[in-house]
Amino acid sequence: MPIEVNGKTLETDEEGYLANINEWEPGVAEVMAKEDELDLTDEHWEIIKFLREYYEEYQIAPAVRVLTKAVGKKMGKDKGNSKYLYGLFPYGPGKQACRYAGLPKPTGCV
Amino acid sequence: MSDIKKFMYLNRRAPYGTIYAWESLEVVLIGAAFDQQVSLMFMDDGVFQLVKGSDTSQSDMKNFLPTYRTLGDYGVRHLYVDKASLEARGLTTDDLIEVAWEDFETEEEVDNIVEAVDADQVVQLMAESEVVFSF
Repeated sequence: MPIEVNGKTLETDEEGYLANINEWEPGVAEVMAKEDELDLTDEHWEIIKFLREYYEEYQIAPAVRVLTKAVGKKMGKDKGNSKYLYGLFPYGPGKQACRYAGLPKPTGCV
Repeated sequence: MSDIKKFMYLNRRAPYGTIYAWESLEVVLIGAAFDQQVSLMFMDDGVFQLVKGSDTSQSDMKNFLPTYRTLGDYGVRHLYVDKASLEARGLTTDDLIEVAWEDFETEEEVDNIVEAVDADQVVQLMAESEVVFSF
């Protein structure tokens, strides 16, 4: 189902992931979060930004276990744990945060 | 859990032009979630999968060379490269990317898990593996 962001119509796949990663803008995350009735805080944006950088560097969306590890390495163990990340993204930090970041569904997530 | 098996993914084809190399990489990334003992072996034209500086801008395929560098994070412990295949193509390990590995719990680190092995080691490593996937 396509989503409307700042007057533009962006294609998504059947699970709601953005069809074209290059069409991403912060408004995408805001629109998706609103549909999920989630308020995006600085902590959410920190993870979304991190995922975009991760994709830029490695060309994949990390599996949740790898994301947790990588966040821990960069931001410390306070944030690199499942409890913190699931607290921010209750539908699963891998899937939900990747979707907000405009990334494809993480490889290995079913 | 005592069900940990030794998996080896054998890669023998050039990275682009067919889907085998990318498919293999995706299966490795998916399989890594199951905490098996995983290693990769690169032989024949498969050694080109790890050559530095590949440029796919003139093709329709995504350049997935950077993705190999995440394998350490996915728990892969060894990327073996057949020495004879490298030599036959005028390559050395200096032409290949480096992949780091780190255990986040113990902070044990290995700078580079890419390793060239000779024919005898190839045979031995394959014999030791309980499951071999060939791509």
